[in-house]
Parts: sequence; structure tokens; C-alpha cells
Amino acid sequence: MEATASVDNAAQAEENKLKTMKEEVIAQPSVDDIQGTVGTPFVENAKMSMRNVNVYYAEKQAIFNVGLDIGKNEVVAMIGPSGCGKSTFLRCMNRMNDTIDICKVEGSLTLEGQDIYDPKLDVVPLRARVGMVFQKPNPFPKSIYDNVAYGPRIHGLTNRKAELDEIVETSLRKASLWDEVKDRLHAPGTGLSGGQQQRLCIARTIAVSPEVILMDEPCSALDPIATAKIEELIAELSENFTIAIVTHSMQQAARVSNRTAYFHLGKLIEVNDTEKVFTNPEHELTEAYITGRFG
Amino acid sequence: MDTSTLFAFLALLMAGAFMLGRGRSLAQASNAGGVRALNSLPSYYGMLTLLWCGIPSLAVLGAWIIFDDLIIHQLLIQSLPQEIRNLDPTELSLRINTIENMAASGMGANAEPYIQNAIVTLERLQKTSGYALTGVALLVAVMTGLWGWTRIQPQLKARNQVENAFKIILLSCSCLAILTTVGIVLSVLFESIRFFSMIPITDFVFGSEWSPQMAIRADQVGGSGAFGAIPLFVGTMLISLIAMIVAVPAGLMAAIYLSEYASTRVRSLVKPALEILAGIPTVVYGFFAALTVAPMIRDTGGIIGLSVSSESALAAGLVMGIMIIPFVSSLSDDVINAVPQSLRDGSLGLGSTQSETIRQVVIPAALPGIVGGILLAVSRAIGETMIVVMAASLAANLTANPLEPVTTVTVQIVTLLVGDQEFDSPKTLAAFALGLMLFIVTLGLNFLALHVVKKYREQYD
Repeated sequence: MEATASVDNAAQAEENKLKTMKEEVIAQPSVDDIQGTVGTPFVENAKMSMRNVNVYYAEKQAIFNVGLDIGKNEVVAMIGPSGCGKSTFLRCMNRMNDTIDICKVEGSLTLEGQDIYDPKLDVVPLRARVGMVFQKPNPFPKSIYDNVAYGPRIHGLTNRKAELDEIVETSLRKASLWDEVKDRLHAPGTGLSGGQQQRLCIARTIAVSPEVILMDEPCSALDPIATAKIEELIAELSENFTIAIVTHSMQQAARVSNRTAYFHLGKLIEVNDTEKVFTNPEHELTEAYITGRFG
Repeated sequence: MDTSTLFAFLALLMAGAFMLGRGRSLAQASNAGGVRALNSLPSYYGMLTLLWCGIPSLAVLGAWIIFDDLIIHQLLIQSLPQEIRNLDPTELSLRINTIENMAASGMGANAEPYIQNAIVTLERLQKTSGYALTGVALLVAVMTGLWGWTRIQPQLKARNQVENAFKIILLSCSCLAILTTVGIVLSVLFESIRFFSMIPITDFVFGSEWSPQMAIRADQVGGSGAFGAIPLFVGTMLISLIAMIVAVPAGLMAAIYLSEYASTRVRSLVKPALEILAGIPTVVYGFFAALTVAPMIRDTGGIIGLSVSSESALAAGLVMGIMIIPFVSSLSDDVINAVPQSLRDGSLGLGSTQSETIRQVVIPAALPGIVGGILLAVSRAIGETMIVVMAASLAANLTANPLEPVTTVTVQIVTLLVGDQEFDSPKTLAAFALGLMLFIVTLGLNFLALHVVKKYREQYD
């Protein structure tokens, strides 16, 4: 008898716990209630403008009606829980989603007023103008020099060895990697440490002189010291480039960006100046996320 | 009792040992306070008893079967009359053979008396051996099984011992393949050494004339034979080269198309179709080469004014190349697919086109694997026999012209060994020397291929 009673009690307690948890969940505003984006998604001197963007993976919709501007020489951070569509959105901005067969993008995405999903547009120059740095460092199995020279070579930026040398050196300097690798430019790029590899990938991207750099969680595979170097680098790069960065680290977003966009389940909830987002968020979902209630 | 009944009995005993061992561990566990007091689960104690019961007995059985014949042989010789035993060894073994054959077929009724006696002795010996084997095997099984059973205690680390026993069983199975290889190499090696004692090794390796005709009688016309292997190896290389010229580009490009461009639907149709090509028996390729491709090449050559032999190296090489296409394409497909998507993304993200990405990033990254695959394909082409037997010539021409007939190492091995042969003439033994050389060449290529693949494997990751 006693044993049964205690089991019953335990079951009761479990049920109560579940109930409270459910109530908590219900207490949060449901995503379907959100009408548009709060804050300042649009700016005056936009380098890239996205309006009414919907993205589908086969039948499943991943991005719902998102509108966002990336201003010239601005760093925009995109944050949000896993699976909220921030990487998908970033990959739309240089048509990297074209490599996924089932992915379909709707809406208007423009780079300096030019529709980047125009069927007549060639993606090759587009991707040269909008470069991308990936989550995992992905140097090519070539030498450090050839990694950086890869982009300039395929775009025919120069035929002269001296000019190419110069491009490689400036790019490596801008990526603050030059001093570490100048004596072994012909060693394989894959032999560098993780942080150096990621800076090599950044150097490779800026070697084609893009206007916009998209960064997809560039520090998630790196240790804190390497991360600090990359963050420093982002600050320097923002003088010359427009940067959109997806990150899981809210501290990183707070440190490197001018504006922060918060995504939730495929919708853009709030865009505001970074300081405002982290000190005085407008939307309760944003507040819930940055205070660590979920995510 | 015959051996299969004996095996059945042993299996029964082993099952019994399992139950007994498990039972004893359970009994001891209940004394010691439940199953948790045991070091291992009860079934491990059962399994350990089973192994103790089975393995020694099976080992005795195996050893008995191996040495049984030898011992009976010796005893039989001992029982023969003195004058027979004094015959020279070859003659004696011939007699023993006769006795054994007659005993097996039961036709000894009209034979000489000493043979009839010997047959009786042999049958008696074999019968005794059978009984003794049954007795010994079962006795050993029961004894060792019982011993294992008495060892069962809660502290006994049955689980670890069973794991070790399984490791050893698995190890011995893998040794089987290695030992077979060693056996094959040794058998070829010894015959080759006999060959090289008759024909100097330098004549064989550096000689440029191949005509393996030996005079059977001293006064016969037909030369003393020339065993220079160079024309054969040149022929083999020529045909393999033609095959690779066909197979490498076609296979590689098919692999690139399948892994980089093809949609899922096309891939699901084309890939199985390529694999059907790999499933065609080589003998079918052989008559395709001999009856369709070779005459076609000869006729085409005739039209443009070239004289092409109907057994040209080109025909055999082309068909062999087609045979190897699926081999190259499936190996390359695997390595191309193993190139991480992140590298492709990196290259596409810099604004390169798909073909630039493939040429500059994917292929260089996959190159070690592709080279390894091609080397494996080469060693397959060199060892390929049936197509060349049917489509290549027998004439050992030393030429690099693909329109002339050439012969290959494998063709010559087949010709030398087909039919009734005397195994003490260099003509027959040459086959073993050729086999050895071929083995060394393909082994070297495989070794190189594995080395290349391994050395550059971690380049990306």
C-alpha cells in the first residue's frame, strides 16, 4: 500500500510540474501574434535591402516575410535561437542557397538597388561583391598563398605576379595574419591552427575586394583567444566593408555590431541599435532570449 | 562414428555445457546474494563453460584429421612385406596409392595377396582411428568442460575471458586469409625457383624473345626455347595503357557528372546502369572484343588504308577499358563525395563557377583518392585474363603499335598450363615464374595505391 501511495505522489508531482511548465510556455506571446517587426529594420543609406522575403525548403517555410536593410559600412548582427532561420536568411543574400535544390526564395533582395534574384543576373560577379565567411574554417587544400590568390585568379583581377603578390599581402595584412604566415606562404593552408585558418578564409574573402561580407557564425569553432582576434578584425574591416554576421554569442553581437536583428522561428522580431537591444529591448521575445529564458 | 555425427554430438555437449555453466553460476549467485554478486552475467559463465568444452576438443579433432593420414600411411608401410618396403620411394608411394585406391573402391578381390593383406590392414587402421578419434574428442570435451564448470565462482571474470576468447577466434579467422596468401606465394615461389635453376633469371627478366617450345626428344626439331619475358610485359603494358586511356577519362568524368551535376533522379538511373557494366562476366566482354570490336577495328582500318590485325592490342584494350569504367567511376565517385561541402561552398562563395570549383578545388582535394583508385584499376587491367585470352594474340611481338597483335602475361600463363603438362620442363614452370612476376608488379601497384591514398587522406578535414 505504502509503495503505491508514494508512486502516486510522485506521479502527481510530475503532472503538476508539467502543468506549470505548460503555463509558462503559454504565457509567452505566440509567434503567430507578432505583427511585423518592431524597431528600426530600415535605414537611409542601405547597401542591401531585403523586403518581404519568404524562404521555403520544399513544403516547409523557413523565413516568413522578413524585411531588413544593411547600411553602408555597418555591422549588423543576427541573433536568435537555433533553427530560427538567421543562417538561411544570410545565405539568401549572396544566393548561396542556390546550391540547395529544394530551397525557394521569394521577395525582393537588392544590392544597391539591383535585384539580386533577377533571372538575368549572373551570380558569379554577385558573389564577388558579396563575399561569405563560413562557420567552419574551410581553407582549400592548397598553399596559404594560393588560398588567398584563388579569388583574384578566377576573377582575372590581375595577370602580373607582382600585383598578385601585393593583393595577397594586403589581404593577409587586413586579416591580421600576415606576420604569422609571411615566412611560410607556400605551406599548406590546412596546416594552420583553427583561428589562423578562419583568418585565412577572411583574407581569401577580402582578396576579391567585396563590398559586403557575410559571416555565418565565424567564431563558433574557435577558442576565446582566436575569437577575440576575429572580433577585433571585424571592427577594423567595418571601415571598408559592410558586414552582416550571424552569431550565437550575444556578447559577440554586443561587442562587434552597430545594429542587432533578433530572429525567432523564421520571423524577424526586432531590429534596433545594438545597445538598445541589449539594455532595453522593445519586444518581450527579445527580452526573453537575451535574458536567457530560452534559446 | 563418422565426423559429422561427431560434430553433432559435440554441439550437443557444448549446448549442455552452456546450460550447466549458467545453472551453476545462478546457483552460486543465489547463495551469495543474487545475480549482482556475480562478476559477470550468468550467460557469460555459460559461454565460458561452452568454450572450455568445445575449443580443446575441436583442436584435438583438427589435429587428428591433419595427422591421421600420415600416421596411417607410416603404419601401413610398416605392415608391408620387406621386399616391397625396400623399393625406391617413388615406386613405393605408387604401390601405396594403388592400395589406398583399391581400398576406397572395394575392388581388391583379384589383387596380389600382399595387397589384399594391406587393404585389410588399412581398413582396420582406419576403423581404429575413427573409433579412437570419437572417444578422444568426446572425452576431451567432457573433461575440459567439467574442469571449466568446476572453476565457476562469483569472482571468476567470465566476461573478460569470453571477450578475449572471441578476440582470438576473430584473429585466427583473419589469419586464414593471410596464411592463404602466404601459401599461394610460396607455392609459386618454389616452382619459380625450379624454373630459374634451369633458365637463368637474367635471361627471363631481360630477354626480348619469347618462344617457350622445348624439344621433347633430343633429335626433335623445334629449338631449345627462349624465355625472355619482355615482349609479354610490353604487351601487357600496351593493352593496359589502352584500357586506362579509355577508362580513366570516361570513368572520372562520369563520376564528376554523377556526384556534382546529376539530379537525384538521373543519379538513381545512371549509377545502377554503370554497375550493370561491372556485373557482366569478363568472358562475355571477351567474345564481345573478339567477335564484334576486333573485326570492326580491322574493317575501319581497312577503309582508311591501315592494315590492322584482327587480334590487335587495340581491340582487347578498348574492351578492357570499358570493363574498368565502372571500377574507376565508383571509386572516384566515393572520393569526390567525401570532399566536404564546405570546400565547395567556400569556392562558390568567392564567386567561382561550378566547373571552376570542380577543377580547382574538388578534384585537387580528391586527387589522392582518385590516383589511388586509378592505380587499383591498373593492377586490375594487368591481371585481367579472360578478355585477352579471347581477343589478344598468342604471338609474342615486341611492338608498341596498337594495331599489331601482342600477347600478355596472363594469356601465356593460360596457354602454358592448359592441357596435360609435364611439371619438370621449363615450358610449364615458366608459367609460375610469370605468375610470380605478375604478382610482384600488381602487389607493388596496390601497395603504391594504398600508400598514396593514405598519405594524403587527412589533407582536408
